[in-house]
Amino acid sequence: MQPKTIIEKIWDNHTILSEEGKPDLIYIDLHMVHEVTSPQAFEGLRLSGRAVRKPELTFATMDHNVPTDDRTNIKDAIAKTQMETLSKNCKEFGIEIADLDSPDNGIVHVIGPELGLTQPGKTIVCGDSHTSTHGAFGALAFGIGTSEVEHVLATQSLWQSTPKTMEVKVNGRLAPGVTAKDIILAIIAKHGVDFGTGYVLEYTGEAIRGLTMEERMTICNMSIEAGARAGLISPDQVTFDYLEGREKVPQGEAFEEAVAEWKALATDEGAVYDAVVEIDSDDIEPMVTWGTNPSQGVGIHGTVPSPDDAKNEADRKAIKQSLEYMDLTPGTKMTDISVEHVFIGSCTNSRLSDLRAAAAVAKGRKVAEGVRAMVVPGSQKVKIAAEKEGLDNIFKEAGFDWRESGCSMCLSMNPDFVPEGERCASTSNRNFEGRQGKGARTHLVSPAMAAAAAVAGKFVDVRTLEEPSVSK
Amino acid sequence: MEPLVKHVGNTAVLPRVNVDTDQIIPKQFLKRVERSGFGQFLFFDWRFLADGSDNPDFELNQESAKDATVLISDHNFGCGSSREHAPWALQDYGFRVVIAPSYADIFYNNCFKNGILPIKLEEKQVYTLMEKGKDKVYELTVDLETQKITDNDGFEAGFEIDSYWKQMLLNGWDEISLTLQYEDKISDYEKKLSV
Ligand code: SF4
Repeated sequence: MQPKTIIEKIWDNHTILSEEGKPDLIYIDLHMVHEVTSPQAFEGLRLSGRAVRKPELTFATMDHNVPTDDRTNIKDAIAKTQMETLSKNCKEFGIEIADLDSPDNGIVHVIGPELGLTQPGKTIVCGDSHTSTHGAFGALAFGIGTSEVEHVLATQSLWQSTPKTMEVKVNGRLAPGVTAKDIILAIIAKHGVDFGTGYVLEYTGEAIRGLTMEERMTICNMSIEAGARAGLISPDQVTFDYLEGREKVPQGEAFEEAVAEWKALATDEGAVYDAVVEIDSDDIEPMVTWGTNPSQGVGIHGTVPSPDDAKNEADRKAIKQSLEYMDLTPGTKMTDISVEHVFIGSCTNSRLSDLRAAAAVAKGRKVAEGVRAMVVPGSQKVKIAAEKEGLDNIFKEAGFDWRESGCSMCLSMNPDFVPEGERCASTSNRNFEGRQGKGARTHLVSPAMAAAAAVAGKFVDVRTLEEPSVSK
Repeated sequence: MEPLVKHVGNTAVLPRVNVDTDQIIPKQFLKRVERSGFGQFLFFDWRFLADGSDNPDFELNQESAKDATVLISDHNFGCGSSREHAPWALQDYGFRVVIAPSYADIFYNNCFKNGILPIKLEEKQVYTLMEKGKDKVYELTVDLETQKITDNDGFEAGFEIDSYWKQMLLNGWDEISLTLQYEDKISDYEKKLSV
């Protein structure tokens, strides 16, 4: 048999219909739903008198609007209505929901893996572009619009053109202090915000194999920032070990059977991709973005570029636009840029290992004067696990604000935001204009680098941070 | 959905790259549970000043772009968040056609589902149109049937479009009804799954 990529295998397994002149009709195994992109879809169903075809393949949570201080008292009336609308819709259509008071509640892309809903070989969709996160398990997971949310609710299927496949090979091994976040920021910085357009990416190579599941999620999460439809990693023992024993994963013998199937999904030796890009991980430094799209980043020892360095006209325009918005001058050292805010959270970097990495830096140090730093766990489960280890106390002693879970300042739909003209080191995935608040200036970094910026009051190489001066 | 066969309309030129959906419709307007009425918030942070008045420097506020129904922009238009509020806002504001050298995938698909035709042209052609439409009333004719764009001044460009989407737009079809014609195929697939 001809060797195939995991992408082709999953596609073939899910094609219901493939006819000339049309996209393929593919079956969806898991549909995650949240409060922001679903109300109009449920309304559409009601208006046309349709039911949800497979409520048991649908799972809902609320995350975008959730306040991170007191979640029992939601002051924003419109946000409250949106969340209540989701609860009502789930009840009416028979969908399981991790409501605000559920211990399973959290950011949709954090709880899917946590509960074991996310599994190798599944097709997974959600009305949210960072659905690519679930690809870390060897699932084909992608974001959809609200019309498609309605379509999946009604038919459990989607029309999709066959994706092109791209191998993103990360060679070598990561240097100490360099994280998964730095890999993906470096890949996007090297190849641009749209190199993945039209493709599903498969991350391969020694560096990827050496990553934990949580690190793999960070990488796959940002596939969309490269323009890709999805990004995934062939499952291996690391994947199976993570999944074993989770609530929604088959148990016992059924688990062994599942593992045998999952193993067969991995890309075959000799399979051919439509495109290949490579990066050497030995070259990667801790990254910081300086601009307003995720490709506009450099290593911490780099400087802010000039529009004159641009490769082409479009790039020149982009650099100019970004520098104006970010109020930065070409040639400025990244280590000379100070911050007023630090946000540790989001579906990119809010899992237990992320919080541990940040806490390791915060421990015994103090948040610099004039800096507001907050830590927002990705889910209630992450929060409780972190508290069990005492991470909350480490953060609090250092002067960080320890919050309830949610999307929070990743997109500031809830009350958390960065005031106009102020600068934030953020572990989230988007540094777009206004994303963290109107006029807010976002710099994307890893959790360790964010914590380092918090204690230094500016960007520093976390690997060269001075020993803690505060006695414990 | 309203069919789109041949469209004649004034253009607005937005010569920026990587216009993301956070700009097209900022997040503070995503809390509504309705599907209509998003046009008033389109490009909100660029379009309005802090006091709520029109930003005189913003391209869409130029007199010549006031009634535009065709939007011309640069590379990677619609990148970022998958929010369908972006095409809802464009459509509600009055746009039926977007022209750019490249788009983000999710946004591109979302357009068709909301009766907007996103057209990809060569970068050179897009820049020609931008030049022609800059600061003046500039009308384009977009013929979906023949896949051609023309102006009154000799410009002509063909464009590619997937035949599936073309049929959907030409007929104003709703995708769910179309899919439900294949209900038996979906059921067969599900039966196979359960054995
Ligand atoms: S954390 Fe940010 S990127 Fe992730 S789902 Fe929430 S808003 Fe979207």
